[in-house]
Amino acid sequence: MKVLVTVAEVAEADDEFEIDGLTIDDRYLTFDLNEWDNYALEEAIQLREALGEVEVVSVTIGPERAEETIRQGLAKGADRAIRVWDDELAALDLLDSGTKASLLAGVAREEEPDLILSGVQSADGAFGATGVALAAELGYQWAAVVNQLDLDADDGVASVHRELEGGVEELTDVELPAVLTIQTGINEPRYASLRGIRQAQTKPLDVKTPEELGVELGEPVLSLTSLAEPETESDVTYFEGGADESATQLAELLRERGVDA
Amino acid sequence: MSDVLAITEHRRGELRDVSFELPTACRELAGESGDVHLAVIGGDVDAFAAELDRDGVDVIHTVAEGEEFNHDVYTQVVEALVAALEPRYVLAPHSVNGLDYAPALAQRLGYPLVTDVVACDLDGELTVTRELYNGKTEAGVAVESELALLTIRPGEWEPAEGAGDARIEAFDVELDESAVGSTVTGFEEVGAGDVDISEADVLVSVGRGIQEEENLDIIFELADALEATVSSSRPIVDNGWLPPDRQVGQSGKQVTPEVYIAIGISGAVQHVAGMKGAETIIAINDDPSAPIYDIADYGIVDDLFDVVPALTEQFS
Repeated sequence: MKVLVTVAEVAEADDEFEIDGLTIDDRYLTFDLNEWDNYALEEAIQLREALGEVEVVSVTIGPERAEETIRQGLAKGADRAIRVWDDELAALDLLDSGTKASLLAGVAREEEPDLILSGVQSADGAFGATGVALAAELGYQWAAVVNQLDLDADDGVASVHRELEGGVEELTDVELPAVLTIQTGINEPRYASLRGIRQAQTKPLDVKTPEELGVELGEPVLSLTSLAEPETESDVTYFEGGADESATQLAELLRERGVDA
Repeated sequence: MSDVLAITEHRRGELRDVSFELPTACRELAGESGDVHLAVIGGDVDAFAAELDRDGVDVIHTVAEGEEFNHDVYTQVVEALVAALEPRYVLAPHSVNGLDYAPALAQRLGYPLVTDVVACDLDGELTVTRELYNGKTEAGVAVESELALLTIRPGEWEPAEGAGDARIEAFDVELDESAVGSTVTGFEEVGAGDVDISEADVLVSVGRGIQEEENLDIIFELADALEATVSSSRPIVDNGWLPPDRQVGQSGKQVTPEVYIAIGISGAVQHVAGMKGAETIIAINDDPSAPIYDIADYGIVDDLFDVVPALTEQFS
C-alpha cells in the first residue's frame, strides 16, 4: 500500500512586521512545516506502523528553501519526498487551489497511491481547498476535516469521523482510493529522532517541474491586488504599570462585575 | 448575466445561520438587476424554503435528495443547477461541509475558487477580501475570470430579513448513484463531560501561551480563587491537556458568560466565533498585536506567568 502526503511549507509572520508591496518582508517571516500537514504525516506513519508494508511519500509544491521542511518530514519517517517547482510557479503571487490540484495530480498519477492525506488547510493561506480539489482532479473519493481514521485495507474502505462545527462529528465511510484532509488533534505528532534526522539526509528527494509531470499551467486565475494589516476596531481599556499593579486593577474590575470568592 | 446562486446549509433539521447571510452577499454581487437564487438540497426542503423566503431572494430551488449533507449529491446537484441557471457567481458557506464540496465543484465547473471571503467588491472585475498569513494581514484578491465560486465566512454579512416573495421551484436532477462513493453512517456528540462551559458565568480560558501542560496549574488556581470554570482554545485540546468539552470556538462550544478571561489566547477567528457573545472580555497576552485585543474590553499586555499568579493572590 502507498500513502501520499501533501506537505506545505508555511510562513509565520513575527508579531511586528512590515509589508513590502504584496508580501511580508522576508526578514519577518519564519518558514516551517504546516501544522495540519504534520498531523497528516503522522497519520501516514502510524498507518505504516499498524499495517506494515506501507510506503509513505511526501509531496510539496515549493522552492528550494522548502527542502529543509521536507527533510523534517523524512526525519519523522516518510520514505521519500518529491518537490514540484519551476520559475513560472515562482513568479506567481498566489497559487490557486486548481493549479495546486493539477500539479499534485500529476505526481499522484505517477505514484498511484491508495490513499492521499492532506492537511485541512495551510496556516498562512488557509484556503482549505487543495485536498478536495485534488480528489476531484483525480476522480478519487474524499472526506474533508477528518479527526479520526480507521482503515480497512482489505475492503478498501476508510471509516472516518469528520469534525463538524459545534462539537458534532459526522461518521462517514469512504471508498479507496481517496483523499482525506486531516484535522489537528487526530494524533500526537512525533518529534524526529536523532537517528531519523541523520537518515533523512540520504533519503531520496526528487525535484520535478510541471512540464516533467505533463501539467501545463494556464493563465493565472487569481492575483493579489493589495496586502495590509487589518484595521483594528479595538476599544480596549488597558491596565498597565507592571504585573502586580495591573492585576490589582483587574481584580477591582472583577469585583465590580460581581466576581468574588 | 449577473445572476448569483448560493447553496444553503442545514444540519439535523435546522438551517445554519450562514444560510440567511448568503442572500445578503448574493445581492451585493447581483446588483439591482441580477437575480438571487438559493438552493436547498436535502432534508425538509419545503420548510427550509419557506424560512429562506426573505427580502431580496428571487428564486429558491428545492432538491429533495436525502436527509443530510452528502458531498457527492451536493456536487452533482449544483453542477446541474449551474448548467441550467448559468449564474455568474456561485456562493457557498465557508464551513466544514462547504469545504467538503466547494473545491470539488470548482474543479468540475472549471471555476476559480476563493475561500473564506470576508468582503466583495464588484466594479467590472471582482476583487474579494480574505485574510493571509494566519489572519495577520488582509489581502485583496482579483478574480481574473467572468465566473467564480466563493465560500463566504459566516458572520461577515448581515442576515436577510423580512418576508420575501421568492418563487419556490422544485428542481429535478438525475443523480448518478455510481458516483456516490461515500456514505454518512451517523453523528456523534463529542465530550459530554461533567463540566458544561456554556453554563458558566465566569470562564477562565487558556490558550497556547501557557506553553506546557504543567503550567495549567496556575490557571486552575486562578479559576478556584474566582470560583470560575476553566475553558480553553483549540491547541490545548489538540495536545490532550484538557478534554474536548472544554473547548471554546467554532468546532467546540459557543459560550456567553458574564466574564471571559482569555489567557495566552491569540484570538483566531475560529476561537472568537465561540466567545464573542461574552458580556465582558478580558485578555491577558504579551503580544499587543494579538487579534484578541480587537474584541477585548479590557487587556493586560504582559507576561501571563507574572499576571495570573498576581491576580490569584488578589482573591486569596
